Amino acid sequence: MNTDLHIILLAIPLLPLFGAVLAGLFGRQIGRAGAHWITILAVAGSLLLSLYVFKLIVFDAMPAINTSIYTWAVTGGLKFEIGFLIDSLTVVMMTVVTFVSLMVHIYTIGYMHDDPGYQRFFSYIALFTFAMLMLVMSNNFLQLFFGWEAVGLVSYLLIGFWFKKESAIFANLKAFLVNRVGDFGFLLGIAAIVVSFGSLDYAEVFAVAPTAVDQTISVFPGVEWALLTFVCICLFIGAMGKSAQAPLHVWLPDSMEGPTPISALIHAATMVTAGIFMVARMSPLFELSEVALSFVLVIGAITALFMGLIGLVQNDIKRVIAYSTLSQLGYMTVALGASAYSAAIFHLMTHAFFKALLFLGAGSVIIALHHRQDMREMGGLRRVLPITFVTAWLGSLALMGVPLFSGFYSKDIIIEAVHLANRPGAGFAYWCVLLGVVVTAMYSLRLLFLTFHGEPRMEQSVREHAHEPGWVVTVPLILLAIPSVFIGYFSIEPMLFGGFFGDAIHVAAGNDVLAEIGSHFHGPLAMAVHALVTPVFWLVVLGSALAVAIWFWKPQLAVWCRQRFSPLVHVLDRKYWFDEIYQAMFARGSARLGNGLWRYGDIAVIDNLMVNGSATLVGWCAGLLRYLQSGYLYHYAFAMIVGLIMIIFTYIILA
Amino acid sequence: MTAADLMLALPEIFVLGMTCIIMLFGLWLPEERQGMISFVSIMTLVFAAIILLGWDDPDPAAVSFAFNATFVRDQMADVLKLSAFIVLAAILVYARQYLRVFKVAMLEYHVLSLFLLLGVMVLISAASMLTVYLGLELIALPSYALVALRRDDQRSTEAAMKYFVLGSLASGLLLYGLSMIYGVTGTLSLAQVANITAMGNNTVLVLGLIFVVIGIAFKLGVVPFHMWVPDVYHGAPAAVTALIGSLPKLAVFAMAIRLLSDGLGNMQMHWMSMLVVLATLSIVVGNLVAIAQSNLKRMLAYSTIGHMGFMLLGLLTGSDQGFSAAMFYAIVYAIMAAGAFGVMILLSQHGVEAEHLDDYKGLSKRSPWLALMMLMLMFSMAGVPVFAGFFAKWLVIQAVIDAGMIWLAILAVIFSVIGAFYYLRVVKLMYFDAPDKDDAISVPADFRAALTLNGSAQLLLGIFANILIGLCVASF
Repeated sequence: MNTDLHIILLAIPLLPLFGAVLAGLFGRQIGRAGAHWITILAVAGSLLLSLYVFKLIVFDAMPAINTSIYTWAVTGGLKFEIGFLIDSLTVVMMTVVTFVSLMVHIYTIGYMHDDPGYQRFFSYIALFTFAMLMLVMSNNFLQLFFGWEAVGLVSYLLIGFWFKKESAIFANLKAFLVNRVGDFGFLLGIAAIVVSFGSLDYAEVFAVAPTAVDQTISVFPGVEWALLTFVCICLFIGAMGKSAQAPLHVWLPDSMEGPTPISALIHAATMVTAGIFMVARMSPLFELSEVALSFVLVIGAITALFMGLIGLVQNDIKRVIAYSTLSQLGYMTVALGASAYSAAIFHLMTHAFFKALLFLGAGSVIIALHHRQDMREMGGLRRVLPITFVTAWLGSLALMGVPLFSGFYSKDIIIEAVHLANRPGAGFAYWCVLLGVVVTAMYSLRLLFLTFHGEPRMEQSVREHAHEPGWVVTVPLILLAIPSVFIGYFSIEPMLFGGFFGDAIHVAAGNDVLAEIGSHFHGPLAMAVHALVTPVFWLVVLGSALAVAIWFWKPQLAVWCRQRFSPLVHVLDRKYWFDEIYQAMFARGSARLGNGLWRYGDIAVIDNLMVNGSATLVGWCAGLLRYLQSGYLYHYAFAMIVGLIMIIFTYIILA
Repeated sequence: MTAADLMLALPEIFVLGMTCIIMLFGLWLPEERQGMISFVSIMTLVFAAIILLGWDDPDPAAVSFAFNATFVRDQMADVLKLSAFIVLAAILVYARQYLRVFKVAMLEYHVLSLFLLLGVMVLISAASMLTVYLGLELIALPSYALVALRRDDQRSTEAAMKYFVLGSLASGLLLYGLSMIYGVTGTLSLAQVANITAMGNNTVLVLGLIFVVIGIAFKLGVVPFHMWVPDVYHGAPAAVTALIGSLPKLAVFAMAIRLLSDGLGNMQMHWMSMLVVLATLSIVVGNLVAIAQSNLKRMLAYSTIGHMGFMLLGLLTGSDQGFSAAMFYAIVYAIMAAGAFGVMILLSQHGVEAEHLDDYKGLSKRSPWLALMMLMLMFSMAGVPVFAGFFAKWLVIQAVIDAGMIWLAILAVIFSVIGAFYYLRVVKLMYFDAPDKDDAISVPADFRAALTLNGSAQLLLGIFANILIGLCVASF
């Protein structure tokens, strides 16, 4: 059976790669239609095969597959391999990634319709799909790192897709640099694993990790840290970069400079969740370090609440959704910190659907208004864009966590899990996620009211031309709206309480908060009914009521609030001054440091003394030796005979 | 001589037969049908390869002897011969247009190339000193004639003259050495030489060894027996340089293995230190002087000297690991050299040899495809990781380290860094300088296919290095 399955598994990532290569290198030959057909068919093939593997693992209860495809190199007992680990965790990610990617591919036909870089765009998103699949399907740290960097690269390329736009170049450089900080931690974590466990293979590392609980590592002489805590925190720093957790979140809002399909695919649904996935995948390691889990919990809680707050004052429609993404990623991180890994993955999945939906909805509004993104110039679009309007409402209700919608199930479980967790920081995290619910409801409704309701505020000419985009845009919206509404209801029980993840996620006996929740769980309907008597539901109601009052019922209230709470608004407007501090400290500081090193270290010592010095020396020797090549035959023969005599002299006479 | 003997040497016999047929029938071909010769020659290579691979061997690792143990066929021989077919086929494809433009006789070029190939095959399979000499001369004589193929070109004839005189001198030295070994051991068979030298050696034997090593050193073109290399590479037409710069290296590698390891393996302590000196000098001189060259042919000539020094690094360790590393190096080098000269041949399509580095300025704008292929070849020669050349260098350096000669390994690494300079200079010229001329480069389809394969082989042999390395390791 294995060879057939191997081919299928290989085909899943390689199909999009094939599409990317064709669309990228032969874009001119195959044309615009050729590029989108090839990549869409490749990704669709990938989705179908993923669904087949999903069926094998989930419904046919096939045991997890852990297999090496190719050994790239073996050195000093360390194997560098390409391999797949396919279990329930992987198949969920594979299906989500390929499904959202397919939707975005189709949507792109409409969104990028007039763009000169059409083929390049398709090539990039297909390449992204390949990289993301390699990341989630990996069975070792090397391939994980490869995928990790490859998705980062594509993200960089796509944020700067419109490379003539100054702000886009700034944003992609920023994303790249901030991610380097995270990757540095990630790489240190992997290095610590290699040094301590001598293997890059997940299974081997997980098998020996429990024996290393008491080991310490000395990174700086004289300072001893618990090995596993060090490893886990380093890995998590990587996750903080990729999943944009405070204080490494600053790149995500700026990444909105990229085309909207990318914001949906990479910066909402898939790539940014790679960090969440990675921590869940590493659950056997994280479970061994309480300190690391507390760290995760607190970082997630801070991100969940404080990034949501910024969303309240943003005016760019995409930036509001971006801050909402940050906040939701915070929720997932909190779940990881509470040892509720399955809940994190569950929220990851529901979020992927409704957030991709919201982004694509925003994109639809942006196309209709000819690339205007400021919500102050929108309003009253519900009549012009009926399908976008309805689907955006559905997505927002899911995001707010209104009972029966998918977001309700995933978010409620996370809040409940934090409530039950009893590690340091859990109390703080609980209050953060509770208040986050109010904030989520407020910014979600604010976006809907400002965009779709009230009086139209755009210019006359824009309003007259606005109309619903074609089916390539609306069909993905509808297809994404379906899981956004229903998937929570149908999958919560099997996924969280049915032992779905089996051995893929490991939770230590004392930490299993989900099992505790499971003991009170009586089906999704009962959960929705029960929600009416929990604080979470009433917080949603409170947030909604505030939003209705401020932005729908009495818009002058919004003005009054801005003045009344102006210091607070100012703090949020400046985004807690993160950008300014980084700009002043890191950007300018490192520029100054670099300048100094360049002037004194590089030019003076290295260039003039060492490089040019040795180059002059080499050149001088070369010139000298060149004279020996005189062109005269007798010189050449003479050299041979001299060589002969020298060797004879050395080996016969001296010996 | 039995039928089994003939079967063993069937590829050689086939190549000889076909060469004679091509020579006879080629004479009657009208001017405009001369392209047939190229086609039939390439087909000859294809069928020779099929015969070679199709030989039904009960045990692929077995060593079979023929013609009274003067001819040997083992895995090393098969792999090297197959590589020779592939390299020659590529060169013949590259050469076709060049020969037409420069009005070089199509027939002579192909017949001489095939005879040279026959020499290569014989030398690879030599099991007796007589066969070694036969193979060597069968390579040398067509080479002299090939270099002089443009009879009216002064530089070409001068190069051929130098090559002939120095080559004869080297042949004489080698023959002198072989006769001394024969005088002491009383046998021409390398296997028996090995048996007899196992009982101890004397000064005459060492003297013989010295002359043999010098013969090998001359053919490889290592310092101080390298003087002919730049002048001959430079003087010969590009299509001929491609030939003499690649194929014979494979054969001389095999000759070194046959003579030094199979025959005189017991004298390893002697030849090892000689090779250390030769390798060190070659790596230093080859890489340094290449920097000072403004002519691509001369630069590649000095680069060859450096590369052969690297290959000697593998040989001098005397271990199976080192031998297989050197074999990998020799094969990868032959493919690289064929490709690099292929690019030069293509650029010489206006009847002027494109041998100046300035001719490569802005190549990426004139033909991005050609520049990319040259980039891969140059990267591979420089030993940039992932390309095949990197693994070749890595393997020999690893063998040297395992043999305990750390200083030699460090020297090799330093000089491969220095060497990277002149390869990367070509890349810089191609990609970052503005072109002097902007005429389009027309490429025949078969040329394009062959060069694409040749260039990407550098990448593929790097990524899937294990396959070829496995074959080389299994040869020892």
